[in-house]
Amino acid sequence: MTGLRRAPQSLWVVLTVATLAGVMSLVSEPFASADNIFNVSRNFAFIGLIALGQTAVIATGGIDLSVGSVMGLAGIVTGLALGSGQPLALAAAAGLGCALLCGLVNGTLVGYLRLSPFVVTLGMLSVARSLALVVSNNRMIHDFGPDEDLVLALGGGRFLGLANPVWLLLVAALGVAGWFRYSRQARYVLAVGGNEVSARLAGVPVARVKLTVYVLSSLLAGASAILMIGWLGAVTNALGQGYELRVIASAVIGGANLMGGEGGAFGAVAGAALIELIRNSLLLLGVDPYWQGAFVGGSIIVAMLVERVRRGRQTTG
Amino acid sequence: MLELRSVGMHFGAVEALADVDLKLGDGEVVGLMGDNGAGKSTLLKIVAGNFAPTSGRVLWDGADVDLSPLSARELGIEAVYQDLALCDNLSAAANVFLGRELSRRLFGVLPVLDHAAMRRKSTELFAELGSDTRAEDLVRQMSGGQRQAVAIARARLSSPRLMLLDEPTAAISVRQIAEVLELIRSLREQAVGILLISHRMSDVFAVADRIVVLRRGRKVTDKPTADSSPEEVTALITGAIEAA
Repeated sequence: MTGLRRAPQSLWVVLTVATLAGVMSLVSEPFASADNIFNVSRNFAFIGLIALGQTAVIATGGIDLSVGSVMGLAGIVTGLALGSGQPLALAAAAGLGCALLCGLVNGTLVGYLRLSPFVVTLGMLSVARSLALVVSNNRMIHDFGPDEDLVLALGGGRFLGLANPVWLLLVAALGVAGWFRYSRQARYVLAVGGNEVSARLAGVPVARVKLTVYVLSSLLAGASAILMIGWLGAVTNALGQGYELRVIASAVIGGANLMGGEGGAFGAVAGAALIELIRNSLLLLGVDPYWQGAFVGGSIIVAMLVERVRRGRQTTG
Repeated sequence: MLELRSVGMHFGAVEALADVDLKLGDGEVVGLMGDNGAGKSTLLKIVAGNFAPTSGRVLWDGADVDLSPLSARELGIEAVYQDLALCDNLSAAANVFLGRELSRRLFGVLPVLDHAAMRRKSTELFAELGSDTRAEDLVRQMSGGQRQAVAIARARLSSPRLMLLDEPTAAISVRQIAEVLELIRSLREQAVGILLISHRMSDVFAVADRIVVLRRGRKVTDKPTADSSPEEVTALITGAIEAA
């Protein structure tokens, strides 16, 4: 049961989140306020959504560095389409279509041409960001056309007390968790990450499996971008800049193994929650926001160290 | 069933196999022996479809075949490799069924993995092998013998006609060696042909009907086990005798 073996990692993250939340509610009065909890949950929903896809990519032994830029491109394209008077459904389809294309390019190059995921997605990070600049001509887009109210409600609204992005995250997390547990495809994702050669010998369609995870990762980045522009009420080509690190950190903290073969949906969500909680705590404690990068970057390194210790020293070179 | 005719294999200037003939019938156990680098693994990989021979013909039931890993498997050839080719991060049952997962339909429509059925069937296979391997254990946590049982159970799942076993007794305990040899005998009774690569002379003499010895890529003997002896085979492997 891979699930049971993975449980400790997500469990530790959940415990850490609970402890940190407990301490923060004692030392900072605004922390436990309904508004702050609402904000924190909404903020990590954007990241958590993308971390679900990233977890699948990392489970194959790959990595997707392009998610932040794909967000930017999908957000800009959606915003431009809305601004030109298109209905939300069509504009969202255009944004998701761009994300899909990015994922198809990444997945084809990594899966079928067997190029290094690091290099391919690093290239896409630059290409997608540049395309966002080209199509937006470096303008901020805040006119969302006739469907503006709908867009703002979708990303910024709430339903039964939870922000809409949180609902989408919950649905997506349950979907991805079920996929990991019950689908043949996800079984292949873990097999490819565990031992690609033996997966191929067993008849697993390795290239197609890889294509699938990169497409999933890009599509979730696109979906997150569409929600985010509704929340922000505007979109610039800087949307999602630097998010790749927070997304990867979430997945790794949640138990995705960068060597491949391990990862789960709830871990990704818990990892995203922890990172957002740390950011929020630092802000409330009055730490200069310039420090945030150091804490997020440091947390990914600490997660790797914990993983190394947890696994024993058998893998040490 | 399987027939190789003057098969040769070059890797650049290196001649791994030259002019090798080999026949293997249903329910026949052929022990393939030779020193390191004699060409045993190359021969096995040709039959498994991993390498295409640079010369010679491969026949299956009398007809020429062009083997790939997939087509070999479709013909009923299953290989168990020395490095076992398992996914360490998955359970025994997941490895046994890798690429051939059983599924059921949730609510009559949605296809989902049938974990219970795969666990049950793997447990049966391990019981038949007399192995204490548990279906839900991760391969990472297993002993060499248990890993061997997983690899053999996987190969056996498809009821193959020919099994290629590469050093199946190399990394396991004495008790489990006896179990693997017993398994080979029971496979023979079910008319499964077996090509057994092994360094262990005693294992080969215990189960093989015929012994084939390779030296430097050439076949130096091919005779019934009863007509040979460990001493003769040792001499053939080392080159003390040229051929027999």
